[in-house]
Amino acid sequence: MEWLMWFSKPENTKPVALIIFFVTFVSILLYVYGNKKRSKRLETYRDIPFLDEQQGGKGLGDQKDTKDKQ
Amino acid sequence: MAVTTYSGAEQYNFDIVKKFAVMSLVWAVIGMFVGVYIASELAWPFLNFDSPYFSFGRFRPVHTTSVIFGFGGSALFATSYYVVQRTCQTRLISDGMASFTFWGWMAIIVLADISYVLGYTQSREYAEMEWPIDLLIEVVWVTYLILFVGTIMRRKQPHIYVANWFYLAFILATALLHTFNNLAMPIDLFSMKSYSLFAGTQDAMTQWWYGHNAVGFFLTAAFLGMMYYFVPKQAGRPIYSYRLSIVHFWALGFMYMWVGAHHLHWTALPDWTSSLAAAFSILLLMPSWGGMINGIMTLSGAWDKLRTDPVMRFMIVALSFYGMSTFEGPMMSLKEVNALSHYTDWTIGHVHSGALGWVAMISFGSLYHMIPKLWDTKMYSQKLVEWHFWLATIGIVLYIVAMWISGITQGLMWRSFDEFGNLQYSFAESVAAMMPFYAMRAIGGMFFLTGAVLMLFNALMTIRQAKQENAVLEAKLAAKLARA
Repeated sequence: MEWLMWFSKPENTKPVALIIFFVTFVSILLYVYGNKKRSKRLETYRDIPFLDEQQGGKGLGDQKDTKDKQ
Repeated sequence: MAVTTYSGAEQYNFDIVKKFAVMSLVWAVIGMFVGVYIASELAWPFLNFDSPYFSFGRFRPVHTTSVIFGFGGSALFATSYYVVQRTCQTRLISDGMASFTFWGWMAIIVLADISYVLGYTQSREYAEMEWPIDLLIEVVWVTYLILFVGTIMRRKQPHIYVANWFYLAFILATALLHTFNNLAMPIDLFSMKSYSLFAGTQDAMTQWWYGHNAVGFFLTAAFLGMMYYFVPKQAGRPIYSYRLSIVHFWALGFMYMWVGAHHLHWTALPDWTSSLAAAFSILLLMPSWGGMINGIMTLSGAWDKLRTDPVMRFMIVALSFYGMSTFEGPMMSLKEVNALSHYTDWTIGHVHSGALGWVAMISFGSLYHMIPKLWDTKMYSQKLVEWHFWLATIGIVLYIVAMWISGITQGLMWRSFDEFGNLQYSFAESVAAMMPFYAMRAIGGMFFLTGAVLMLFNALMTIRQAKQENAVLEAKLAAKLARA
């Protein structure tokens, strides 16, 4: 269990934490912005608040994209 | 697009939303009235009447509990139940559980307020309730969590809309915060008095881990959930960027948890802890402003609505105050600035620019959007909505300007030395210097309270109007059926 002591030293855990957090954040950014097809899919979710006002309850695919920018 | 085509009375449980929406306004008036009263006590001390029951110390938690948990909490229950049902296109999983959260929550606020006036308090900021009330909160909150998650789990819409993510983060984080901050040992099974499980600096650290995250998750994340649904709905256009909302969510949720220790600069807390909190506070500016920009840019191409739609104005002003207070907060978390600002009225001004400017304004805007839809009618008076907007805005400006001036004056007076190195001013002199600003703050509060009273009146008249319209409709229908 001696190896656990390595984690008790801030000079070890600080860079480890930095790497974990940085990699996680960059991964989220890459996931969100890194793929055109995925980006397009994610942006279709913007219309969810307006879906239950559609007569007959259209699905997301039937929605006219109201986005006027980006 | 902004017109509802059906009331959804059978499809959704709107009864619970209506109850929480009305009580939210009732608590707003009660809580803000007590706030104005204690602000007036500071300006005109005779209002203490030499009675402990009227003292600032007992009334202050009545004010904070009534506005944060009574008004804000009820607005969050109302809007979260409304949003989760409409965006998941499904009914709440249990009407009984929903009803329990309503009566339980109301009982909590009433019991807490009574216990404070009687002198019972844990002396933990925004968590003054003693242990029996804390246990009741735990039960109600877990019920809320089960109800919310259960409803999401049986959604008809495959994707969980981002507003629900914010609401869920708020429910989960509040459960954690409430549990650990209130770990205490009662002195007796039949006594209200208890003692915290933590001591000294650790107790202070736990208290501010709770305190700042109550601001972060209860007063920010949850109201961002409100923003992500109601701003697009009122604007009649979808949120500016859904991808930005995802980054906003994860960055905000991750960073808030670290910043509580910035309340304990220059104390017995180890220096690195509060420095780390200050660093995260500065980083927090980025997701906060990302969210603010996302909300404000939703109006891109429809800015004219700000001229014609007072409800939209409530929302955009709320986002502007959100941006302003999330800039001011990181600035005040810097040790050098904090040395001047801490323990002064500047902090009170900062809290209220967030609480009145952001939390209350976005709640008012969302409730103005939701109330006519819930009762399937129009607001009783648009003129009163306009009046409310201006009273609230002028009230906030008076309040925060007064507190900025008095806070910075206090800070400067307390750190002034004469040529011999003695303090230049006594504490009493600094108190005397505050008097005009305390009066100005109380007047600002009166403006804001008047606006809230107008809103309650407007909402009640709207409900009355809806009932009359329904009665006329039913009478016409009955006459038609009789003729047929």
